[in-house]
Amino acid sequence: MPEKTVLMQGNEACSEGAIAAGCRFFAGYPITPSTEIAESMSEKLPRVGGKFIQMEDEIASISAIIGASVGGLKSMTATSGPGFSLMQEGIGYACMAEIPIVIANVMRGGPSTGLPTKTAQGDVMQARWGTHGDHFLIVLAPESVKETFYLTIKSFNLSEKYRVPVILLLDEAIGHMREKVVIPDYGDILTEDRLVPIVPPQWYKPYEITTDFVTPMAPFGSGYRYNITGLTHDEMGFPTNKESEIISKMNKLRDKIMRSTTDIVDYESLYTDDANTLVITFGSASRSAKEAVQYLRNHRRKVGFFRPITVWPFPEKQLRQIIKKVDQVYVVEMNQGQLIDEVRKVECYHKKIFGINRYDGEMITPNQIIAKIREAK
Amino acid sequence: MSPKQAAKSQKAQFQKTEIRLSGSGGQGLILAGLILAEAAAIYEGKNAVQTQSYGPEARGGASKSEVIISNTEILYPKTTRLDYLLALNQESCDKYAHDLKEDGLLLADSDAVEHVPPIKVISLPLVRTARDKVGRIMTTNIVSLGALVGLSQVISVASLEKAVLSRVPKGTEELNLSALKYGLELAEEGKKYLEE
Repeated sequence: MPEKTVLMQGNEACSEGAIAAGCRFFAGYPITPSTEIAESMSEKLPRVGGKFIQMEDEIASISAIIGASVGGLKSMTATSGPGFSLMQEGIGYACMAEIPIVIANVMRGGPSTGLPTKTAQGDVMQARWGTHGDHFLIVLAPESVKETFYLTIKSFNLSEKYRVPVILLLDEAIGHMREKVVIPDYGDILTEDRLVPIVPPQWYKPYEITTDFVTPMAPFGSGYRYNITGLTHDEMGFPTNKESEIISKMNKLRDKIMRSTTDIVDYESLYTDDANTLVITFGSASRSAKEAVQYLRNHRRKVGFFRPITVWPFPEKQLRQIIKKVDQVYVVEMNQGQLIDEVRKVECYHKKIFGINRYDGEMITPNQIIAKIREAK
Repeated sequence: MSPKQAAKSQKAQFQKTEIRLSGSGGQGLILAGLILAEAAAIYEGKNAVQTQSYGPEARGGASKSEVIISNTEILYPKTTRLDYLLALNQESCDKYAHDLKEDGLLLADSDAVEHVPPIKVISLPLVRTARDKVGRIMTTNIVSLGALVGLSQVISVASLEKAVLSRVPKGTEELNLSALKYGLELAEEGKKYLEE
């Protein structure tokens, strides 16, 4: 398909990116403000030989994509807060069983059913810690429709490469916003596929501890018989209570992500060379924050900008380098302060760290950010 | 082109234009915003962002759709100071008229909006034209777009026509082109009214 310029919603860009990345299975239950992802996937998937299923609820949806992924297909679902809560059990299962899946969570106001048609960024911590147990996963947060397209592709690539659930953290503002996007020729898009075993079935260890902690994954039905369970398991996939095997498994889940942060972690920084004030933000809030930073720069304030693109793993090292040069830090987010705690972990002793928050369902404005930074001096 | 006009057109070239279409849910305002943004972004090569706000209801409730058109990158995607406001009911007029710039223009439906604020206003029978002249009340959004573009010239009529045709349901092209034509005619009447 040749390059094309289109006006599309963030949600549509997400499904466009999914198809480009090779996603061929979607199971979901519609929920505002994510419904357009399901809607456009139901239209696109059959055209490329994929399958779309509308399930009875979100628990069934995540279970179905886990099953499809075990069967060898790149699979995803899309939801919003209430559905994302229901999916947590399945996310934990996919972490433990090391099954690649992509979940788009288009955030809306919460808690509970909250504000279906309004925007918020309240699921930052839920995306990381929503499922129980000591686990590791990847969360990406785009700031524009264009970036949604590319980060959806990246979500699939990382998910396949590291056999891990990847959460694409959108919000209502990005999901429903329409912008111009240049969709490249699919042939120019770099896609990753999971490793498959090269050893014969009788030698295959489905959870072998390898040097990079990622084990090749044999699709069910390809002649490789193995056990998959949510119970802590050994290299053969069978439940274990042996301490050494438990430790190996837990470390494997951590190290496959945390030893590859140079490959996984992505961020954007602007005007940080001479900055004495740093604005940190993510997702749709960064649109307002960038406009505010540009305005303050034009008024001779030395303000820098930092945006984690991978919210998890958080770009700690990169932020530490920048934060040590500034005097004060502002964390802009559409919640009552979640990402700010990660910033405090990076540098909590010497800097003044302030939150700039909005949580009434509307997007934070550049003026609110400018006013708060100006009142400081 | 007079020097004044030339200065105005140059200013328009660098300025961003902020437009809000408001009324009640089900009037097709989100589609109208999408068509306007697509005309600007795809058929005129400008930057455009369209956002929306609506209640949880399928019909009724307040609905608004916003479009920003600019020659430079658009960061904050919502409108702040409006150049144009379309109000299809009294509620949205009352709620949003104060968001207009000093020289901003309010385009109101003359039947639904009885009380207009003392600002630059053009009242036109948008809903009535869709119902009686085009023959389908559903085309109110396209009539309104025609009127808005005719008055503002924020994009060309040709681009608008292309965008309308690419977005309306198959089989309704003629109907919508006729709605567009009536909207543009209303704009001509409105211009006279503004000059008076």
